[in-house]
Amino acid sequence: MKRAGIVAWNTFREAVRDRVLYNLVFFALLMIAAALLVGQISIGIEQIVIVTLGLSAISLIGILMAVFIGVGLVSKEMEKRTLYALLAKPVRRWEFLLGKFAGLALTLAVNTAAMATGLAGAMWLVQGSLRAEDAAVLVAVYFILLKLAIVVSLALLFSCFTTPLLSTLFTAGLYVAGVFAPEIRAIGKVTGNAALDAVAMGFSYLLPNFDNFNVIAAAAHRRAIPGMLVAQNTLYAAVYCAIALTGATMIFSRRNLK
Amino acid sequence: MAMLLLAVIPAGFASVWRLQRGIDRQLAEMHQEQDELVLRSGKMLRLLSLEYGAFLADVYWTRTVQYYGDRRVRQVANLETLGPLLDVTTTLDPQLLPAYRFGAIFLAENAPQGAGRPDLAVELIQKGIRNNPDFWRLYYDLGFIYYWELKDYKKASEAFLEGSKNPKALIWMKVMAAKIAAEGRSRETSKILWREIYESTQDKLVRENALRNLKLLRAEEDCEYLDGLAGRYARSAQRRPERLEDLVSAGILPGVPVDPEGVPYVLGADGKTHVHPKSPLLGYPKGPPPR
Amino acid sequence: MTAARRNANNTPMTGPAIETEGLTKDYTTGFWLAKKKRSLDNLTMQVERGEVFGFLGPNGAGKTTTIKLLMGLTFPSAGTARILGRPVSDVGMHNEIGYLPEQPYFYDYLTACELLDYFARFHGYGAAERRERVERMLKKVGLETAGKIQLRKYSKGMLQRVGVAQAILHDPQVVILDEPMSGLDPLGRREVRDIILELKRAGRTVLFSTHILGDAEMLCDRVGVIAGGKLRGVGAPKEIVGVQSHGMEILFEPGSGAGAAGILEKAVRMGERYRIEVAEGELYGAIEQLRAAGAKILSVVQVRQTLEDYFLELIGAEQARTSAVEVGEK
Repeated sequence: MKRAGIVAWNTFREAVRDRVLYNLVFFALLMIAAALLVGQISIGIEQIVIVTLGLSAISLIGILMAVFIGVGLVSKEMEKRTLYALLAKPVRRWEFLLGKFAGLALTLAVNTAAMATGLAGAMWLVQGSLRAEDAAVLVAVYFILLKLAIVVSLALLFSCFTTPLLSTLFTAGLYVAGVFAPEIRAIGKVTGNAALDAVAMGFSYLLPNFDNFNVIAAAAHRRAIPGMLVAQNTLYAAVYCAIALTGATMIFSRRNLK
Repeated sequence: MAMLLLAVIPAGFASVWRLQRGIDRQLAEMHQEQDELVLRSGKMLRLLSLEYGAFLADVYWTRTVQYYGDRRVRQVANLETLGPLLDVTTTLDPQLLPAYRFGAIFLAENAPQGAGRPDLAVELIQKGIRNNPDFWRLYYDLGFIYYWELKDYKKASEAFLEGSKNPKALIWMKVMAAKIAAEGRSRETSKILWREIYESTQDKLVRENALRNLKLLRAEEDCEYLDGLAGRYARSAQRRPERLEDLVSAGILPGVPVDPEGVPYVLGADGKTHVHPKSPLLGYPKGPPPR
Repeated sequence: MTAARRNANNTPMTGPAIETEGLTKDYTTGFWLAKKKRSLDNLTMQVERGEVFGFLGPNGAGKTTTIKLLMGLTFPSAGTARILGRPVSDVGMHNEIGYLPEQPYFYDYLTACELLDYFARFHGYGAAERRERVERMLKKVGLETAGKIQLRKYSKGMLQRVGVAQAILHDPQVVILDEPMSGLDPLGRREVRDIILELKRAGRTVLFSTHILGDAEMLCDRVGVIAGGKLRGVGAPKEIVGVQSHGMEILFEPGSGAGAAGILEKAVRMGERYRIEVAEGELYGAIEQLRAAGAKILSVVQVRQTLEDYFLELIGAEQARTSAVEVGEK
């Protein structure tokens, strides 16, 4: 576990040195521009628009980072053969994977926290103050982070057995499918075909259901998000990451390094 | 080790399944409190959807049907977002004809079947006609809403006439226009109109609704006939019947008649025959089509 | 190893440092019509403790394959390998092993100091110990002034030095170096040679691969020759490579004395000079004859095979060209 921590720290350091966090500048500019412009365009719903826009941007930037960096976590080390010297140290392969996952999760957490701070700043600019019910926005940010953790674990899983390009496609595809999990579940109901219904139902439970984590609309209206949902979503993300990382470990532990 | 790992994955998916059910309950509760559409402007959405508008429309359409189907089962009358959902859908994909036809029926119908907003239904259909002037059935739908929901027979007749000018339109569009202009509302016209709706669509919800209305029309006929029999009873027994059973004991009826759903008719306090208030005919439809 | 004493790491203190038994590795190439290629075939060998063992062979002979199997980077198709009596799948034993990959490459966003510090953490050293070790190692490989430079600015030779440093950072019992001399200038090669000799003096076991005979001869207690995925011979460098002496070569300028004609018949003329090869036993007789003929002897050298000659002889010219042996379609 301690060794996984060492790998995680180095992964974080790599992201920082590779200037990954520069995306924050872009986000900050977007938020400032939005805060300034939103008052001119829409009257009465400024807070709603700023939150929707901010959370959507946090989610999108996070997803892009999770997919593209996540896919490279393992494949880049294999391609450049930096992994050889590392695995000659007393590091087990699962520790390496777990460390890589934790490292990117940490990077995303720091990045998301910084963006959330920016969003809070924009909200403060627009509203003049921050109120207790704004906590719903914080929960929405937390849910985005849970979602990103699942995406990273999937990217890691795919990159353990296929090329970076295919891993990217698979991860992005699974993300999109996961967002539409409720629609997939409804296919059977809409068509009224019992067999299709059963297949769609089963499939929708196997997919990572990213719709679970989408409370942007609720947060925009500052509606309280039930504590039970927070607990369930946390557990859901933890279990799903565990599944994906277990799969990744099973594959990667048997893999011959070229 | 490998065995342990193999156990993690099935156990993991089992807990995912259980958790998902819990989350679904929480989310359903949240959505019940208040339905919201962050972006009610279809034009804005179309801008944001880049070239994927048509695809997004399909997603919205699925969502609309899902949302609406759900509501109907739960008999919740709050259908405020049905209008905006349909509007967004048809703005994203103006050629999505089922959305117009679906909207025409269910926006117009009264609760619990619809949103009770025939005005919005007319707007939606008119938007459909603007975007799809060749599709004559939209005129039919427009005429139908004027005829059935708004009881504006002049406008209904005009709509049918306008639609009949399309060379592809069936000839009875013109017949309907003339018939409504001459008679206004009649049961015969209503039956033809609903039957046409029933036969012209594949949409399950629309078909169910048409079927229910056809059954209601049949029940209306039954009630009129039974009222006649009650009058006969009153004349011979020198008093009004209190229940339909009185007609049975008097030998006028072989047994208490039932509506197309199999629920017995009842005699109301006003002395008229009615469909039983708990008959599925007044709510969610079940059962075989009427004879 | 029944009487083996064990140290704190549960590593037996006696028995060979490295032993392989029937180690075989097949690779599949292609996707649809996968072909199996055998890159290592039934390798059985032992490296004793405290020994410097040279792994000799042409490029693609199976040296790197063997080393990667030993490091657990790839997994054998058949056979077993043990290091310090423990199976190579036991990653815990890596505390006792140092490894230099072939043409090493490291995280280029780190400096040499940071990289070594990062690796040192896995061995559980405290901060002060890490700093001390990193400094010592950088000095040992001659990078003490470049420690604060990012590795992306390093030359190939400098990376090789960093690779050696990280391999011996934790003072391992067994050091496995894959082509440690490649990419180095003469000074660098000499430094690496010194490091290997130093390790030997400290009682460590060193296994290194090379395709350069001189390196092996100079450093190794024993060498193993591998070609075409098969082990062709193991022994002291002299036994293995020097044994097929082709006799002696004499270089001379002919005089005008009697009997010169007979000897000149057998000699090869090279401008003013003549060269003649004789069996070892006939050396003195030949010298007598030349002296009698008034010839001026310029040099007498032992005729030896080059490594290339040796490989060609061992595996035949045809197989030397194909690096691996095909074992048929899957």
